[in-house]
Amino acid sequence: MTQRRLMVHGIGLGILMFLPLLAAAAGEPFLTNIASRVLVYALAAVSLDLIMGYGGMVSFGHGAFFGLGAYVVGILAHHSFNGTVIGFLPGEWQGTASALVQWPLAILVTGLFAVIIGALSLRTTGVYFIMITLAFAQMLYFFMTSLPTYGGDDGLNLWERSQVPAVDMYDDNQFYYVTLALLLAFLYLAHRVVNSQFGMVLKGCKQNETRLQALGVPTYRYKLVAFAISGAGAGLAGALAANHTEFVGPGLMHWTRSGEIMIMVILGGMGTLYGSVLGAFTLLMMEEVLSSYTEHWMLILGPFLVIVVLYARGGIYGWLVGDEMDEEPAERADGRTGGGADDG
Amino acid sequence: MQMGVQAGEPMMVDTILDVTGLTKSFGAIRASDDLTFSVARGEIHALIGPNGAGKSTAIGQLCGEIEPDQGRIIFNDCDISRWPTYRRARSGLQRSYQITSLFPDFSAADNIALAVQAGRPHSFRFWQPARHDKALRTPANEALDRVGLGHKADTKVTALSHGEQRQLELAMVMATDPVMLLLDEPMAGMGQVESQLMMEILHPLKGDVSILLVEHDMDVVFALADRISVLDKGRVLLTGSPDEVRNDPDVRRAYLGDS
Ligand SMILES: Nc1ncnc2c1ncn2[C@@H]1O[C@H](COP(=O)(O)OP(=O)(O)OP(=O)(O)O)[C@@H](O)[C@H]1O
Ligand SMILES: [Mg+2]
Repeated sequence: MTQRRLMVHGIGLGILMFLPLLAAAAGEPFLTNIASRVLVYALAAVSLDLIMGYGGMVSFGHGAFFGLGAYVVGILAHHSFNGTVIGFLPGEWQGTASALVQWPLAILVTGLFAVIIGALSLRTTGVYFIMITLAFAQMLYFFMTSLPTYGGDDGLNLWERSQVPAVDMYDDNQFYYVTLALLLAFLYLAHRVVNSQFGMVLKGCKQNETRLQALGVPTYRYKLVAFAISGAGAGLAGALAANHTEFVGPGLMHWTRSGEIMIMVILGGMGTLYGSVLGAFTLLMMEEVLSSYTEHWMLILGPFLVIVVLYARGGIYGWLVGDEMDEEPAERADGRTGGGADDG
Repeated sequence: MQMGVQAGEPMMVDTILDVTGLTKSFGAIRASDDLTFSVARGEIHALIGPNGAGKSTAIGQLCGEIEPDQGRIIFNDCDISRWPTYRRARSGLQRSYQITSLFPDFSAADNIALAVQAGRPHSFRFWQPARHDKALRTPANEALDRVGLGHKADTKVTALSHGEQRQLELAMVMATDPVMLLLDEPMAGMGQVESQLMMEILHPLKGDVSILLVEHDMDVVFALADRISVLDKGRVLLTGSPDEVRNDPDVRRAYLGDS
């Protein structure tokens, strides 16, 4: 790791760790609540970067998994609050407010949906892949819109946040640290994955999938597993989003949401993981600040995005650290650590 | 499983690749027209022919990237005609491309290490850093040394010269421990010196690895090949030893600049 990158990571981590204290010191404690929102979206963006930035799978349907994760929490909380059984499941399943059930279930369900959607979508590539993932997400969106049991168009209010042992999720600071812990855990997991043998295959798929197949790698199943991990990550983000806004609606699955998550990844720098956190921060802050001046804040965002894409190939992260990829230098046979191809 | 020995051919010949009636049309163009030939185990079999004769299309069908309209491919006593590309590669049938095909964002060593990985049972290993894995890096560096690229291990592919990239691609397919190589003009675009180096790399493989070598440079073909098949308009005109091909009047007229 270069010194500059180490410094950027150190400062970033420092800010994240002490943000609630800084916000309190600045006399603006509500900033912590906004920061939690950034972290939730950062988690969704990091999960998208895993397939888009590393695997070259430009999924335009990530909002589907984000929304689905939120609905898992919303539906379980709804039945728990009303004391009703979950009607669409066989048997007499009750809802629950426990995060220890809700969140793993959100991960599981979205992971499963990602396997199904991925299995069909990954038979296509390029523009077709973009369109088919978008189509699946819109299908889910319209499905939830027309499901009156769970609020349909109006969505569901979350009357009770997830119960985390020994944590008060209604406390802004504690909510923030729970979200931060999950984001850092997912970042660490993603970091290990992209540098593993699996990660090398994933990066190979992006660079030259035909070549990889000709070498003997059945690329489809590797992409599918990556797609599932990515979907599960977005599902967890959705579970947190439901808690943050205390509301679940089909809007979470709308294509504009998928687009936002994608913009975060591109802004922050594709294939950098940490960049997605910066991208989420930048986009949500621009939205927050600009939308208070003008309704047409997208008109300012658009050109800004073009500038970033044109002039900062590694996005904001690449611009900050001076190089692009989240990669470790290779080790030579003699044990000495080499320069690595990407330290430029 | 069917043996790849044709009637009339002597039974002693151990055939590694047996192609029968391969046919492929692109619209009105017959790129392969009832293409039939076989390669003996351990030989270097050259495939020559003018531009557009269908050499690359033949290789594409052998490796599974192009689906033939008709025909049968027996490799190593298995009918691989319906196998997907990756499965053919895993059974030891490896190819190189006429236009260099590598992983451009990776270093030279990364490219080879990924090939080594491709030869392993699977890559569903999610946790340990691949670049620190000696079981991948050691064979990768050895393969680089073999083609004389050891000092470029950490150089990014895009920073390598054209010739070095061709060498890297050869090192990459070699790293998978292949049974047979399909080489599509490995010397294309190379200078004299690089070409010579490439020949020195290929020559020792003779006997160990079977090679189907597509090549335009006749000096290279005559120096390396045990047998040569001449292709024209998707058909095999003739197969024979270098001497037979050299002395064939049709071939002399068409390809060796004789009048
Ligand atoms: N994908 C394709 N679509 C249409 N026509 C094609 C396609 N691929 C090859 N062809 C045609 O098939 C014929 C054989 O092409 P091929 O590339 O196999 O020739 P080749 O012997 O490799 O020639 P060269 O020496 O120039 O590499 C040519 O006429 C070519 O134009
Ligand atoms: Mg060709």
